[in-house]
Amino acid sequence: MSTTNVQDAAQDMSQQAETTTAHETAAQSSQAPGSDVAPGGTTITDAPPDVIKMKGRNVDVFYGDKQALFDVDLDIGERQVTALIGPSGCGKSTFLRCLNRMNDTIDIARIEGDITLGEQDIYDPHIDVVELRARVGMIFQKPNPFPKSIFENIAYGPRVHGLADTKTDLEEIVVTSLQKAGLFEEVKDRLDAPGTGLSGGQQQRLCIARAIATSPEVLLMDEPCSALDPIATAKVEELIDELRENFTVVIVTHSMQQAARVSQRTAFFHLGILVEVGATDQIFTNPRDTRTRDYITGRFG
Amino acid sequence: MTDVAASPPAAGAPSQGQGLHTSDAARKRLKARYASEARFKFFGIAAVLTAAFFLVLLLSTIVGQAIPAFNQHYVTIPVDLSQESLDPNNEGEAVLRRVDYDAVVRNGLRSLFPYVESRGDRRTLGGLVSSGSAVRIRQEVLDDPDATIGQTSFAVPLDDVADLYFKGQVSEERFVETTGEASPTGTEGTIQILSTANDFRDLLADVKDFLGEQADEVERELASRERSLERAEIDIVSYRDRMPEEGSDRREFFEDQVQILERGINGLNANIRDLTAELADLRARSTAAGADEVLTTELPSILVEINGGVVKASSINATAVEGEVIVPLTTTAAASGGDWSIREVVLPERNRKLDDRSLIYLDQLAADERVERQFNMIFFSSGASREAELAGIWGAVVGSFFTMVVTLSLAFPLGVAAAIYLEEFAPKNRLTQLIEVNINNLAAVPSIVFGLLGLAVFLNTFGLPRSAPLVGGMVLALMTLPTIIIASRAALRAVPPSIREGALGVGASKLQTVLHHVLPLAMPGILTGTIIGMAQALGETAPLLMIGMVAFIVDIPATPVDPSTVLPVQIFMWADFPEVLFRQKTSAAILVLLAFLVTMNALAVILRKRFERRW
Repeated sequence: MSTTNVQDAAQDMSQQAETTTAHETAAQSSQAPGSDVAPGGTTITDAPPDVIKMKGRNVDVFYGDKQALFDVDLDIGERQVTALIGPSGCGKSTFLRCLNRMNDTIDIARIEGDITLGEQDIYDPHIDVVELRARVGMIFQKPNPFPKSIFENIAYGPRVHGLADTKTDLEEIVVTSLQKAGLFEEVKDRLDAPGTGLSGGQQQRLCIARAIATSPEVLLMDEPCSALDPIATAKVEELIDELRENFTVVIVTHSMQQAARVSQRTAFFHLGILVEVGATDQIFTNPRDTRTRDYITGRFG
Repeated sequence: MTDVAASPPAAGAPSQGQGLHTSDAARKRLKARYASEARFKFFGIAAVLTAAFFLVLLLSTIVGQAIPAFNQHYVTIPVDLSQESLDPNNEGEAVLRRVDYDAVVRNGLRSLFPYVESRGDRRTLGGLVSSGSAVRIRQEVLDDPDATIGQTSFAVPLDDVADLYFKGQVSEERFVETTGEASPTGTEGTIQILSTANDFRDLLADVKDFLGEQADEVERELASRERSLERAEIDIVSYRDRMPEEGSDRREFFEDQVQILERGINGLNANIRDLTAELADLRARSTAAGADEVLTTELPSILVEINGGVVKASSINATAVEGEVIVPLTTTAAASGGDWSIREVVLPERNRKLDDRSLIYLDQLAADERVERQFNMIFFSSGASREAELAGIWGAVVGSFFTMVVTLSLAFPLGVAAAIYLEEFAPKNRLTQLIEVNINNLAAVPSIVFGLLGLAVFLNTFGLPRSAPLVGGMVLALMTLPTIIIASRAALRAVPPSIREGALGVGASKLQTVLHHVLPLAMPGILTGTIIGMAQALGETAPLLMIGMVAFIVDIPATPVDPSTVLPVQIFMWADFPEVLFRQKTSAAILVLLAFLVTMNALAVILRKRFERRW
């Protein structure tokens, strides 16, 4: 589906070409490429998403004395896939982990700025982190199923949140989650087998099933395919595309093809700065910042 | 110029290998690398073999010493346990309790040896069975009067030395073939036995050899005394020489020294005189061929068995012995060669615990088939005792068990909880760092320090009972805690962070993450650490000595507050006793302790494997 969009976007782009060039030169003059510190508010943003699910404003993240994110403003659109791209160490995973406060587990991490989920500030001291993580699920780079049975892996979340009153309810949740993750047909005969015995791609889909079993509103994916082979990757990408119908998805990826294939909006991070954000078609066909262009054309990163 | 001239042949020599990695120099380097690898391998194997050798040596010594202790000899003696003699009026336990069971044993033994009449000999006889025999009979009568009353015989344990005799550990013995016809001159008292052949010649020669050896020993001793004398005389001379040069203080000191030395010299001279006389005597006896030799207790014993009796020789020549009859002979008739026998007990009577008389009585009991070898139940079922044959490890095993229960129930939950808090919840600041450093230091504190702490705090401040497994367990728990905490923290740290993230990611709370996911995964490591800590505690002696668990306690403890001892302390105490059987039981107890330790370590491995497979 993405390819047609990109082609469309390419046509649009040629019309916009003149305006963007002007924009670009402005950006270039304001900051030399590769400079470490960017003044806030320089992010190039095109039209915001229709419905905003999560919103980050002036987000700074520090690991001890080192600042990892500089003044990031980013909106996450509801029921669409937002891809975060950028070279290693650019802060995209850091931003992702801010969205469900996973950074809280790191003692030296400090977050400033506002991040809201719906209308709620998720860094409000009154907010319950456990509840937040039930609403904002996460899938990690390396598949990390619990060393328990497939059933137990998925049942764990609903159980700790008390989502199922009876065993039948729980079984239903497990089955639907597996079906949504496209894994049910493959494992229906061996739900008692250990989850760690599955193949890498199956494990990752198991983790996705586990994440959606608690019916979160947002799914965060931290390079979910980096440890998978191309076939497993294709399956997971297909799955992500389907998940868009029910969930808001934020995905961090190193693969620009993947970002182009699965996402509707793309945000490009560089050295802790959100350089550019916009519709995926536009970012890949007509980036406005030179750094974005250099990155997507493979000149660095 | 010379360099240029010299270089062509040098470059020309290695014709086939010119590359960086194929030249001769490179080959040489490679060869050196392989050589160093081979050397390293050799040293490694040598180290392993040395360690294995010493381990085998240690184990074989212990096992070799311990094996005799697992068996024990019992003698079946006739006993009068009839209703009439014990409890004629059928009054029951009160009367049965008061019966003189010592007399029952004594009378039973005497009935087997009617010819033993003198007081001294009867005492010798009574010493053959364990002094606990009467207690055992009494216990049996009280436990089960119906079955016991009316019994006419009872198996009682032999005394430890008698037991060792049947295990062949008292002395080497030699039997001499007889060829001549022997005629005794009487059946009782002191008699002579004359042989028609030179049946005693070899024995006499043996005795003479023995005397010769003794003479050699005396000679060596004499030589060392003479050297001492010489040194003392030289010292005196040197003191005398230096005296005029010194001041009055030093001179006085020197005079004192000289006086001391002179007294010593007098003593030495007397000693040397005695030894010289003894040496001359021994030499004369050992070389005087054919003469009668008096057999003192310092010489091997010679026992002659003839006509159903036993004679202990007191003097010997080539064809005859004179000696005391210990078991009366039936007749004075001559016995033809082969029908009578001579036996030499090589170790002199003075150097062994079992005298010739006891030995002969024991032989008679064995000949009557009254002596029986049994598995040593006493060792496994009774508590401590001053009598080697009655001492057992059960009291110590129960004490160790209670101690371990207390240790485990204190150290495991505390240790694991502390580890979880420090590893998963505690903020990383100066305070927790200080705690961490101190826990690591505590693991290296000598165990006796914990014993001192137990003495000062648990006994003196809290007033807890002395010698109790409760206190022992508490002290050992303190000692084991750092081990468990360190092992548990390592195990928790080894759980991959992805598991924590996964659990947190689906919205588990921190505690849920730890309890549901991290702890189960860390459990094998925690259990291994705990069991190793417990094994260490099981083998610990020093801190328990401080809180009085070294006391001599006969009773088997019934609760953790009863006074008791533990296995390693029991071993420590037994190792101090001089009796041979105690030495053997020490080794046996070490084996039991080792068996426990091996079992615990095996358990650690099994638990580890099982838990790991389950996940």
